[in-house]
Amino acid sequence: MKLELRGITKRFGAMVANDNVNLVAQPGEIHCLLGENGAGKSTLMNVLYGLYQADGGEILIDDKVVKFSGPGDAMAAGIGMVHQHFMLIPVFTVAENVMLGHEPTKFGGILDMAAARAKVREVSAKFGFEIDPDAIVGELPVGVQQRVEIIKALIGNAEVLIFDEPTAVLTPQETDELMAIMKQLREAGTAIVFITHKLREVQEVADKITVLRLGKVVGEADPKSTANELASMMVGRAVDLDVEKAPATPGKPTFKVEGLSAWSHSGAKVLDDINFEIHEGEILVIAGVQGNGQTELTEAIIGMHGKTAGSIQLDGRELIGKNVKQVLDLGVGFVPEDRTEDGLVAEFTIAENLMLDRSDRKPFAKGLNINLAYLKKFALEKLNQFDVRAQGIESKAAQLSGGNQQKVVLARELSRELRLFVASQPTRGLDVGSIEFVHEQIVATRDSGIPVLIVATELDEATQLGDRIAVMYKGKIVGIVPSNTPRATLGQMMAGISA
Amino acid sequence: MKQSKRTPIALLVMALVGLWLFISAPSGVTMINISTDSDIFKLPDFALNVALICGLAVAVQIAGLLVSGYLVLAKNHKTPRWVVIMFAVALVAEILIGLFAGKTMTFTSLLQGSLALAVPLIFGSLAGVLSERVGVVNIAIEGQLLAGAFVSALVTSLSHNLLAGLIGAMIAGALVAWVLAVFAIKYVVDQIIVGVVLNVLVVGLTNFIFSTLMVSNLPLYDQPDRYSNILIPVLGQIPVLGPVLFNQTLIVYLMYIAVGVVYFVLFKTRWGLRVRAVGEYPKAADTVGINVFRTRYISVMIGGALAGLGGSFFTLGQVGAFGKEMTNGAGYIALAALIFGRWNPIYAAFAALLFGFAENLQYGLAIIGSSVPSEFLLMLPYALTVVAVAGLVGKVTGPAASGKAYIKS
Repeated sequence: MKLELRGITKRFGAMVANDNVNLVAQPGEIHCLLGENGAGKSTLMNVLYGLYQADGGEILIDDKVVKFSGPGDAMAAGIGMVHQHFMLIPVFTVAENVMLGHEPTKFGGILDMAAARAKVREVSAKFGFEIDPDAIVGELPVGVQQRVEIIKALIGNAEVLIFDEPTAVLTPQETDELMAIMKQLREAGTAIVFITHKLREVQEVADKITVLRLGKVVGEADPKSTANELASMMVGRAVDLDVEKAPATPGKPTFKVEGLSAWSHSGAKVLDDINFEIHEGEILVIAGVQGNGQTELTEAIIGMHGKTAGSIQLDGRELIGKNVKQVLDLGVGFVPEDRTEDGLVAEFTIAENLMLDRSDRKPFAKGLNINLAYLKKFALEKLNQFDVRAQGIESKAAQLSGGNQQKVVLARELSRELRLFVASQPTRGLDVGSIEFVHEQIVATRDSGIPVLIVATELDEATQLGDRIAVMYKGKIVGIVPSNTPRATLGQMMAGISA
Repeated sequence: MKQSKRTPIALLVMALVGLWLFISAPSGVTMINISTDSDIFKLPDFALNVALICGLAVAVQIAGLLVSGYLVLAKNHKTPRWVVIMFAVALVAEILIGLFAGKTMTFTSLLQGSLALAVPLIFGSLAGVLSERVGVVNIAIEGQLLAGAFVSALVTSLSHNLLAGLIGAMIAGALVAWVLAVFAIKYVVDQIIVGVVLNVLVVGLTNFIFSTLMVSNLPLYDQPDRYSNILIPVLGQIPVLGPVLFNQTLIVYLMYIAVGVVYFVLFKTRWGLRVRAVGEYPKAADTVGINVFRTRYISVMIGGALAGLGGSFFTLGQVGAFGKEMTNGAGYIALAALIFGRWNPIYAAFAALLFGFAENLQYGLAIIGSSVPSEFLLMLPYALTVVAVAGLVGKVTGPAASGKAYIKS
């Protein structure tokens, strides 16, 4: 089955998310759709899958125009989708999830569970997945959940399969396995559309590459292109993906974590005997698949986590037992992983956000009032220094792009006297230009002689930014290794196998 | 993972209540009457020694507490369910025997009264199950019950047709549910607020019509016929439970059917699977072609119709007339039963029976004149429920998307 998108245009208000986009997916071919976050890749696929209605253009299957008024139509036409955020119901079994929407029934709409189980077993055997149809989906590892999602997409005899950023939640091993599955599907004659912004994956499996930028197709790329060539097409200017940094010149170990454990509300142990130290002028990256205790670790450091035990020392002073304000006052800069939720007050102006942490003291406070004149001067200065693109310091944080929001957070956190800098996934969801800027700032902070702790979920970022890498798995540190450790070794560590 | 100490702590609290009841229990005997005139064979009344029974019950409770404490603290095991059940049976038996000390407890009528009080609660909790399972929080059960009670009285009085009354009640309940659904689904208003406002609205509306219209001519507007009891042959003659369960009005039999049908439909049919999917993760349902909005409207309105039916029990099944605010908070108790029953129709029905029993116990004791203050009795079941829910039911998680509007992007 050949699928073609012709001149698809989709607008949200004044914003054009897709502008006259053309794309052809052929059977037995992996077609990569490459673009930055916000380039319009997911919008395009949601149009194709019937979740959005296009404002212009048409969809053709085997050269015949089709109309999808909902995902049901798309599925009936033989299109399956593996969603970035799995469309699986955690409390349902595998069989229940897979059959949802086209349930086999006996008389009177009674579910035929036996038929559903058999179907799951059949598809899962075909691809060598060993999946128990009666397992509760929420209790399965993420990689297995994705296989359930794939089975779900295939069960309606899909001939075109869309993978929307499928590797974001996977370990490197699971990613390799997914690539193998995609190749296997290709051999079986399925047309695959693979949406991603990860160049390494594109280079590995792509037969064809279409690059999307700001909603427009900027061209097709040769599958043999180098990463820098692909990135330049994606961004629209020459890009150097390597982080430029001189070798670290570590000083004294001023930040020490010893025997740190933490528990969640429900009593589960989320951090288990964590030990590490960071030297002045050194970047330690915490690598690992999301949800292995990284969030809790940063929260414990800045005093936001409830139940903790052990010791966290900065310049010989104990941080455990101190509240967030006391920790920050000891010279800790903190960039939280969710900038809109925890880093900024979205409805506040840029200026207000810049002084959130010190509005109660001089020079920002003047008696009971805020020194507006000083705030204005300070905010303008920071806007300039950190290259925040905004209409002015009175713009609301919510109106800024992700990259500019992150710059505001960095401007605030880096403008204190720092003794430690902690940043959790500081480049998540940012465009390449902002990523470069954030990386530069982090390296500059290190070079000023401050210990730096970065949480990274992407291996490339971890190896490029870190001087040393600590890999976390299930609340423990699997090992601390130099940043030139081979990718395969790091991948194994991320799955809990110590090097 | 470490076992929570919740269960042994809850058992300890309840065992202390049991111990206190034992110590303060008067000496003497409690007469138990468990037969009615229609039974196939009669069981004689018998006497139970209060001190002996309470002592035995306390011993069982302490044993249960020790088992639970040992397993959780020393062995890091869960408390087995049978231990909890035995503990609960012992405590309830102790409370009953202790409270009726020196009196005669007519067990059958105690249960009959409990069921009567539980019927609207069960219908209400079914409405809650259908609504919350599909992702709409239904605080408006109270309003749906009251609307059902009012319309059934009015329609039956005017038409002298009981069936028309029932249908009217169902339409009224479904209409209230429809308003809830429109605001919750279409206009994305906070569902709790809409629910509370609807309850107030229905109270106001029924009071207004009652005062302005009904009172002017009660025989015409508010004197509906009542359903009479139907004795089911054989089943109705089983001692103790027969007259309780199988000598009831049509509405009660409909309730039995409704509980079974709602359970079966929710967990065994295609429609039920889709309802639950929409209530857990509407977007996932949408991406496989399920119409989230339509599923929500239908399920919420069927729930409303069932609550309306439950409301008709107040007028057509019991009182035989509509009275201002006659549901008296039953909708909120139904909501508690629904949560206690973990969003499962059958468990919710049992929880509703428990609440009905507790409420009826207080009436029964007031009539025979027990020595325990009635205010205390009124409080006891709910206090124990709070302890039981917190300690024994554990962390209850309802449908994940309940209360969250689905906004299609």
